[in-house]
Amino acid sequence: MPAPQQTAAEIALAAQKQSARRHQLLSLPSVLIITLFGVLPLLVILVYSFLKAAPYGGVEWKFSTNAYLNFLFQRDIFDDSLQFSPAYLYIYLRSILFAISTTIICLLIGFPTAYFMATRPPEQRSWWVLLITIPFWSNLLVRTLAIMFIIRDEGVINTILMNWHIIDKPITMLYTNFAIVLGLLYSYLPFMVLPLYSSLEKLDFRLVEAGFDLYATKRQVLWRIIIPMAKPGIIAGCLLVLIPAIGAYVTPLILGGGLHLMIGDLIAQQFGSGRNWPLGAAQALILMAAVMAALFLYVRNSTGKMHHE
Amino acid sequence: MQGLSLADSKVAIAAQNVRKVFKGAGQDAVAALDNVSLTINQNEFFTLLGPSGCGKTTLLRLIAGFEFPTEGQILLYGEDIALLPAYKRPVNTVFQNYALFPHMTVAQNIGFGLEMLGQTKPAIEARVAEMLKLVRMEELRDRRTSQISGGQQQRVALARALAPKPKVLLLDEPLSALDYKLRKDMQLELKRLQLETGITFIFVTHDQEEALTMSDRIAVMSKGKVLQVGAPRDIYDRPSERFVANFIGETNFLGGEITSVAKGVPQVKLDAGPTVAAEAPEGQKPAGKVTVVVRPEHASLVSAAKGALKGVIENVVYFGTDTHFHVKLSDGTPFMARQQNAGSSTVAWKQGDKVGIDIADDAMRILKD
Repeated sequence: MPAPQQTAAEIALAAQKQSARRHQLLSLPSVLIITLFGVLPLLVILVYSFLKAAPYGGVEWKFSTNAYLNFLFQRDIFDDSLQFSPAYLYIYLRSILFAISTTIICLLIGFPTAYFMATRPPEQRSWWVLLITIPFWSNLLVRTLAIMFIIRDEGVINTILMNWHIIDKPITMLYTNFAIVLGLLYSYLPFMVLPLYSSLEKLDFRLVEAGFDLYATKRQVLWRIIIPMAKPGIIAGCLLVLIPAIGAYVTPLILGGGLHLMIGDLIAQQFGSGRNWPLGAAQALILMAAVMAALFLYVRNSTGKMHHE
Repeated sequence: MQGLSLADSKVAIAAQNVRKVFKGAGQDAVAALDNVSLTINQNEFFTLLGPSGCGKTTLLRLIAGFEFPTEGQILLYGEDIALLPAYKRPVNTVFQNYALFPHMTVAQNIGFGLEMLGQTKPAIEARVAEMLKLVRMEELRDRRTSQISGGQQQRVALARALAPKPKVLLLDEPLSALDYKLRKDMQLELKRLQLETGITFIFVTHDQEEALTMSDRIAVMSKGKVLQVGAPRDIYDRPSERFVANFIGETNFLGGEITSVAKGVPQVKLDAGPTVAAEAPEGQKPAGKVTVVVRPEHASLVSAAKGALKGVIENVVYFGTDTHFHVKLSDGTPFMARQQNAGSSTVAWKQGDKVGIDIADDAMRILKD
């Protein structure tokens, strides 16, 4: 009987179309919000980056690639020739270096922490998660200022060390690279611990036992079983720390004292005292492009590997 | 493992007065294992049988090295391994849920133990190929463990545990996750593997049928104690305690009192009427009030006039191969008789019929205490 079968197929197809339409309708609010607050501002930045800077901030509506040229070159004031000037590039490289160090240290501290949490009895675990999230309850600015009070020359650490006569002169910690990385570490550690915890919590510890049973030492179990299985958490944690750390603004500004600029401060400067909005826009886009390119390469690389295995 | 004498080379595992109390269980915690002593011989298929919570898995984990005994010794070929970490014991485990490494292929899983033992690549590859052949999984060597069926995962788990040639293989309810048909096949497969490899198997199960069909010897456990150890036939035919008789197969318990002993065989006056001869438990001379057990298949229904035991049929349950008759004896004790459905000659007893019960010679056993 081909006729009823056909109608059944038609009904199914119609139902499918209808449910697809319904799904589209459901996604409408999120599409609207992303367009309005995600894509549109990016387009504005893109357009601004190709305009001429107005003398007192803002832009003149004339096309110009000066912003991108200024990123790498400096116009000589006398003969107007372009000269290579890597100052911005240095700031970028330093920011990336800081962000990478922060990520690595976060991973080294976060992994044992998350492992500890994941191996607690189930009824205790949510308390540990709660403890990890406590820093989020107060403002980042306040917390960063608190770090300042701890590490400055007359701060808690130096006072204690001097009182105990371990040191004669205060150790300068504030407004150094150390202070910036410490601040970043403090700000982003929970973003490393939580994804690590969630992937370690799902780890079947019978696999660990199986590893021991098959003559693997503790170190071998860690490298051959636990870490490979926690890989999704490790990747998620590293991205969640690395990406915001590259563009961090408040922490380097306060703890670096404006002496050790990072990308975030640099961009903010262009929109503020620098009064060069197109340059700020260009710098922001270059950062974004660099991060996205790195991510794209990584994803392509790792999926390629997976197919290979 | 060097320099073992011939005398103890036969015993693969000996547990001596092993006690295990789990930490944090409080002061009046019940011991998970209470003074357990066992010897398991080389090349034996030994089963630890008992209900959940009886301590059988704990004992297995103590042998594997995942837990350490509170007291007592565990000897592997005469050497005390009780406090040795798991990775130093030449013993491998097949886990209940298989615990295969999901980020490795079938072949990588099987080779893992060998790799950890530091064997060379060619040696590992040869052994992995051999194991794949043994469990008939050659075509699936490069699959991920998530891409194979439950039965296949079971085989990989077996191959992985057998690959390093363990002195003893521990199996923790490995068949419980399989469906009935597959479980039957794997029972035969396990038995075949044990005979082919000549490795001592210690098998944990709560399934009495599995235990009876596969084992050379069974230890029946309850509440952290070993109640009886013996060949399947011994355990089934001569249960020493009420728990064992009840846990393995179906049993009728009849109360009675020993009135005399004729040629070393106690004569028991049953509460339900007649006096019968019943075998005493090995090495014991019971007296006074006792409990006698009879397996349902050793009892047959006869007309009310003939049987010594008399009762009324309360229920008839048809099972295909046989029929179960639930009878209420004259003193009110429930009794079950099983009759094979051999042919049309079987008398068609119905509910409400008054019947006599005939019990085969030597089928009555007196329980300990």
